[in-house]
Amino acid sequence: MSTPESLRYAATHEWARKDDDGTVVVGITDFAQDQLGDVVFVELPEVGRKVVKGDTLAVIESVKTASDIYAPVSGEVVAVNDALDAKPETINESPYEDGWLFAIAPSNEAEYDELLDAQGYAATLDEG
Amino acid sequence: MADFPLIYERSRPGRRGAQPPRPREFDVAAALGEENLRTEAPRLPEVSELDLVRHFTQLAHRQFSIDANFYPLGSCTMKYNPKVNEEAARLFQDLHPYQAPETAQGALQLMYELQADLCAITGMDAFSLQPAAGAHGELAGVLMIRAYHESRGEGEQRRVVLVPDSAHGTNPATAAMAGYEVREVPTDATGEVDLAAFQAAIGPDVAAVMLTNPNTLGLFERRILELARVAHEAGALLYYDGANLNAILGRVRPGDMGFDVVHLNLHKTFTTPHGGGGPGTGPVGVKAHLAEFLPVPVIAKRGEEYVADVDRPRSIGRLRSHFGNFGNLVRAYTYIRALGREGLRQVSGYAVLNANYLRVRLKELGFRVPFDRVNMHEFVAQPPEGLKTLDVAKALLDHGMHPMTVYFPLTVKEAMMIEPTETESLETLDAYVEALRQVLERAAADPDYLKGAPYETPVRRLDEVKAARQPVLRYRFPEPADGA
Amino acid sequence: MRYHPHTPEDERRALETIGVGSIRELFDDLPAELRDPEVDLPPGMDEAALLDHVRRLAARNETRGPDFLGGGVRRHFIPSVTPHLALQSEFVTAYTPYQPEVSQGILQATFEYQTMMCELTGLDVSNASMYDGASAAAEAALLAVRHTRRERVIVSRGVHPETREVIATYLRPLGVRLDVAELSPLTTAEPNLGDDVAGVIVQQPNFLGYLEDMRRLTDAAHAAGALMVAVVDPLSLALLAPPGQYGADVAVGDGQTLGNPASFGGPAFGFMVVREELLRQFPGRIVGETTDVDGRRAFVLTLQAREQHIRRSKAKSNICTNHQLTALMATVNVGALGPEGLREVALGSVERAHALAARLEAAGYAPLTGARFFAEFVLPVALPAEELRSALARRGVHAGVPVPAEYGLGDAVVLAATERVSDDDMEALVAALDEVGAQRRPAVARG
Repeated sequence: MSTPESLRYAATHEWARKDDDGTVVVGITDFAQDQLGDVVFVELPEVGRKVVKGDTLAVIESVKTASDIYAPVSGEVVAVNDALDAKPETINESPYEDGWLFAIAPSNEAEYDELLDAQGYAATLDEG
Repeated sequence: MADFPLIYERSRPGRRGAQPPRPREFDVAAALGEENLRTEAPRLPEVSELDLVRHFTQLAHRQFSIDANFYPLGSCTMKYNPKVNEEAARLFQDLHPYQAPETAQGALQLMYELQADLCAITGMDAFSLQPAAGAHGELAGVLMIRAYHESRGEGEQRRVVLVPDSAHGTNPATAAMAGYEVREVPTDATGEVDLAAFQAAIGPDVAAVMLTNPNTLGLFERRILELARVAHEAGALLYYDGANLNAILGRVRPGDMGFDVVHLNLHKTFTTPHGGGGPGTGPVGVKAHLAEFLPVPVIAKRGEEYVADVDRPRSIGRLRSHFGNFGNLVRAYTYIRALGREGLRQVSGYAVLNANYLRVRLKELGFRVPFDRVNMHEFVAQPPEGLKTLDVAKALLDHGMHPMTVYFPLTVKEAMMIEPTETESLETLDAYVEALRQVLERAAADPDYLKGAPYETPVRRLDEVKAARQPVLRYRFPEPADGA
Repeated sequence: MRYHPHTPEDERRALETIGVGSIRELFDDLPAELRDPEVDLPPGMDEAALLDHVRRLAARNETRGPDFLGGGVRRHFIPSVTPHLALQSEFVTAYTPYQPEVSQGILQATFEYQTMMCELTGLDVSNASMYDGASAAAEAALLAVRHTRRERVIVSRGVHPETREVIATYLRPLGVRLDVAELSPLTTAEPNLGDDVAGVIVQQPNFLGYLEDMRRLTDAAHAAGALMVAVVDPLSLALLAPPGQYGADVAVGDGQTLGNPASFGGPAFGFMVVREELLRQFPGRIVGETTDVDGRRAFVLTLQAREQHIRRSKAKSNICTNHQLTALMATVNVGALGPEGLREVALGSVERAHALAARLEAAGYAPLTGARFFAEFVLPVALPAEELRSALARRGVHAGVPVPAEYGLGDAVVLAATERVSDDDMEALVAALDEVGAQRRPAVARG
């Protein structure tokens, strides 16, 4: 299971990456996509939606299960990965890059720093 | 080898089967208005009657059923469906729901007596036969609980329904449909509701607790009287999911255990046929303090006359049209009258006997049994370490047996839930154990074998990912050659 | 009577294997004070006694005689081959097809059913059936609310009163407002639309039997950003414009007229067919096509992540079963009749109903014929409808579905005709009506 150093993580298996313009891009980890199995459908939020950290923003469906994806930070949804509509399997193939889910313009800068780093997240996997 | 044809692929223009009465000359466009007529004919199959018969007879041969195969599906109660029930149902099949009630007294009387029979069996005070399925009965039950709290001015305060983490998916789905928030209560190491966690979770914001007893692990909740007391003291109502009633028929009644609302699954406990997925029937029963909220109609008796009572101002309303799945009510009635009181005890006695017999024999074989004590009508097992439940299930298909319920309840990893029911002989159970023994033996000799199972069935393992990613949900008619 | 096979020897052997002395011991976990309750049931009966008992009950019903009953349930011609095929024991005693490798019979039949419903309604995706038309309409209202995220639903008074009651039961706990669009006097007038309306629900033909202007109502709903839900009689779709033709988003209804016996109101089945875009919000089971490891075409339950066993409290509905067997009966029946036969049944019913209206007019009655009707229409009468129905029943004629007071038509009944109605049947009805003094005086203005 890969857990890139450069990213931040939530215990609920989302990763977050702060881009140069301050936008926080979010996806699910390699561990999560492996647990889910073949992704068949992704329900993404609407651009413009205001969110509070912890809100359910997306749902990822595999054949046998559906997983809620939570916002790791508060703010406003500024982009969603529409390409996942036609090719949901991208999440399995490239969870940290092409398989990104949505991007949030954060309203509270401190929340990003509160997220787990790679070691912190990896430790939760060992416990689980 | 060609694919098994769809009826549309057997269709040929101009062929037809049955001939209804020939309609007389009539200008339908004038009567209905040209603008109201359809412009394109529906593409329905055109087949001769023999082709129709071949098609559906061959389809039947591609289908497992209780009449042909052993189906020990946990939580489904796949018992024998008596054929006399079918003959009884036929006697009533031409009745119209809107015919003058004086001309349907036999049907109304049957429903009235069935309501009373179900009260006697469950220890409840009143029943509605309306709900069309277990989940529908659950919805009725939860809506009645809501109405009850609202009538006492506590509707706003009580927004939560407690559900064990091992509960069937319909329980939380129903609670959400009724506008409630769901709070899960964990089961403890003995497989029963964790009493301390339950006491912590209960409170003045709880409207109801939904329980099954025996629970979805096939274990009797031994602290049920305590759970009932705690719930009632907090002002919450107790809801009984009757899916597992087969285990306790005639031995103990949910009404006596303290439940305020009960739903039953006539297609499980009371032998109405599963029909490949439905129709089921889910009557809902209540204690007296909830009777005014029952869905309408309730069948009542006034003097010597049976009537459908719709004048119930505090009812939660109607949940479906007409009286309910009446044809199945006849079947359940016939079954109950065939059994009588003593017969009920035999059902639960042999159901529990068969389930425990299988548990002991499976354990001998090397299956893991997480709760290794006397269980009720079903039990949960896990395959020997290293084997996946899914693969074992698929391998069983090659032995002509339907697998057990897999991956439920969600609280046990690689769960298999097994419910033989009382109508199976020990020889059938022994054959099941022998089939599993052969599966384990094969798995030990050739680990990849199971992953490719089944091999002998009409089709083999399916690409379910493709079915979900690229849904094809109806026949795609070939485009006409002239591009019309 | 008993259905378990156990002999005393079986019992002994099983107990020995388990390691307990008696069956009673297996129930030790039950609270002692509650065990072995008195259950007030008569003693069990053997098969002959049981059938005698049930036949005595059946003898207290009466179904013979001319039949003009409608109101959403009609007794059409059903060829013998239909129940013969649909009630094969493999279809009757099968379980839900969760193991597709051994359930291709049910799964393929369902795929054929889904195709049939799409063809009849002109819409894109059908589920595998629901409980009945009324609850399907309620689920459609919930779908409209989920899809538009709005909180008001409009239902025409032309929708069957029982259906409207069920919709109200489903919407009330979620705080969704239900408004009724009135009829004027026999078809739906302008609904009171706004940008808070999630869906508009109209029945075609309506409960009174009359044809609505579905195109106008659909356009109005769409202009307000609402979904159009058409509640339709599937048999009528052999002749009438289907929901897809006038742009509706959802089609629901009751499938009884496609080939199930009346059975005192159930079971039949409900159906729901939707436009492609609504697929993800769609409740109920769905069967899809795929292939197996050897490349064979095969069918499987799919898109299950919407359903209760996976999504639990976030499922699109709590629905767990479908009405598989009765939906299968309809599929077989439509195959038995074929498109021509289905058309003939529909046409026959329309012709007979119009002939009946003409016959009643000739006899001095005033059926409401001011609006176009399909196979049912309203007859104003001189006495309360239920009294009339009973009086006709005493004369061996089944007729007179009461028109409830909410329609403002006074004492009136809905009369239906199927293709099975003979001229003699009509004479019998007229004679019985005359005998009972049913003619309203003075004659009421026609619709």
